[in-house]
Amino acid sequence: MIQIREVSKTFTLHNQGSAVIRVMERASLSVAPGECVALTGASGAGKSTLMRMIYGNYLAASGEILIGGVDVVRAEPREIIRLRREVLGYVSQFLRVVPRVPTLDVVAEPLLSVGVDRAAATDRARELLTRLRIPERLWSLSPTTFSGGEQQRVNIARGFAHAYPALLLDEPTASLDAANRDTVLELIHEAKARGAAIVGIFHDAEARAAVCDRVVDLTGFSPQAAA
Amino acid sequence: MTPLLKVEGLTKRYGARIGCADVSFDLWPGEVMGIVGESGSGKSTLLNCMAGHLAPDAGRVMFDTRTEGMKDTITMSEPERRMLGRTDWAFVHQHARDGLRMNVSAGGNVGERLMAVGARHYGEIRDSAEDWLGRVEIDSSRIDDRPTAFSGGMQQRLQIARNLVTGPRLVFMDEPTGGLDVSVQARLLDLLRGLVREMGLSAIIVTHDLAVVRLLADRLMVMKDGHVVEAGLTDQVLDDPQHAYTQLLVSSVLQV
Repeated sequence: MIQIREVSKTFTLHNQGSAVIRVMERASLSVAPGECVALTGASGAGKSTLMRMIYGNYLAASGEILIGGVDVVRAEPREIIRLRREVLGYVSQFLRVVPRVPTLDVVAEPLLSVGVDRAAATDRARELLTRLRIPERLWSLSPTTFSGGEQQRVNIARGFAHAYPALLLDEPTASLDAANRDTVLELIHEAKARGAAIVGIFHDAEARAAVCDRVVDLTGFSPQAAA
Repeated sequence: MTPLLKVEGLTKRYGARIGCADVSFDLWPGEVMGIVGESGSGKSTLLNCMAGHLAPDAGRVMFDTRTEGMKDTITMSEPERRMLGRTDWAFVHQHARDGLRMNVSAGGNVGERLMAVGARHYGEIRDSAEDWLGRVEIDSSRIDDRPTAFSGGMQQRLQIARNLVTGPRLVFMDEPTGGLDVSVQARLLDLLRGLVREMGLSAIIVTHDLAVVRLLADRLMVMKDGHVVEAGLTDQVLDDPQHAYTQLLVSSVLQV
């Protein structure tokens, strides 16, 4: 489902003496449907960079990233937009929403945008918010005013609302209490069971062991190691 | 599927100075594209050339018309272009007073656009005006008030209602949230996003506010000195800018 071949990444800082920073060289990785792969490596090894490249948020310098047949490295913006709407979900560590939009709508939105009718989308949003223990009295409020942990859970609910065939998880269990952490692990298991290919960053070793089938250490793809 | 709008080599000079130079892109149905750049970068010139307010020196602006398919709007006849401006296109000005008739009631401002495309039944026009005022969150009790009695944010929302009432397919917006305070901006953004999705609109938004394009636009074009220096997916251009100017622009934003 997710195939990464020989991907490299450099950052050129034009306004800081045109410094060129090479952060990744020839990274390759593939994830099958129903499989969960954890990215590991020390801070700075390029875990988040690779996740962002898979999502099309960072531009890879070379190589290819195939998701359901679309090469994210070369795809047109509208192809990536369609991919993100239908195929590729991303649970980031930060919630970014239009101010003023109620939590329930924030969570239901991914479903509405793939054409699910409002009633069914709202039902699914309610179910997820309940499972993630967001009190019902908060559902009609914008999540921008919520605590960090609550925002993260809203983000997770939003990420799991639509049954994406491919899913990227950036520290989904960080800063969650034990009960909510278990719920998130359950959600990941359910996604795997329905055949989702998952790539994640988990600093929590126990959580990683509980859901991941394989661990890929990115240190081997850093330019220093290759040189 | 075909693009809704196809811009090819669009160029406008002001004497020896360049307004915008050799701009080309395709806009697809349902897509929202942002154009950013500092003052004087040519973004408003480009928008006005596309919308038919300025005559470009070179290039084509092809639009997928309902009856004849792809047609160059620059070479089409004036009445034809004006009809397009009333039916399929809309233009939201930065200053609401440029897009509104200030001495006509709010309901009249919305109804006038409907009459321009042939609506004649007073009751229906008024109902539809009332419905649109509701959608842009203006209380129906204000339907007979003139825009001069409205706040800046309300005027802007009224301008949007006036523009969208005829169900256009393409909306040009020039700094739609400029000059509004932030709480009003947020409300307007939320409203615009909802309308764009519900109506399946395509839009081109000129702004210098990067936060606005991040929330509204799928794609982004960065302009400097009349040239497009970078284009792509909005979050990719903002989070991993490739061009020196875009990097400067993104890193210059003050963090709140």
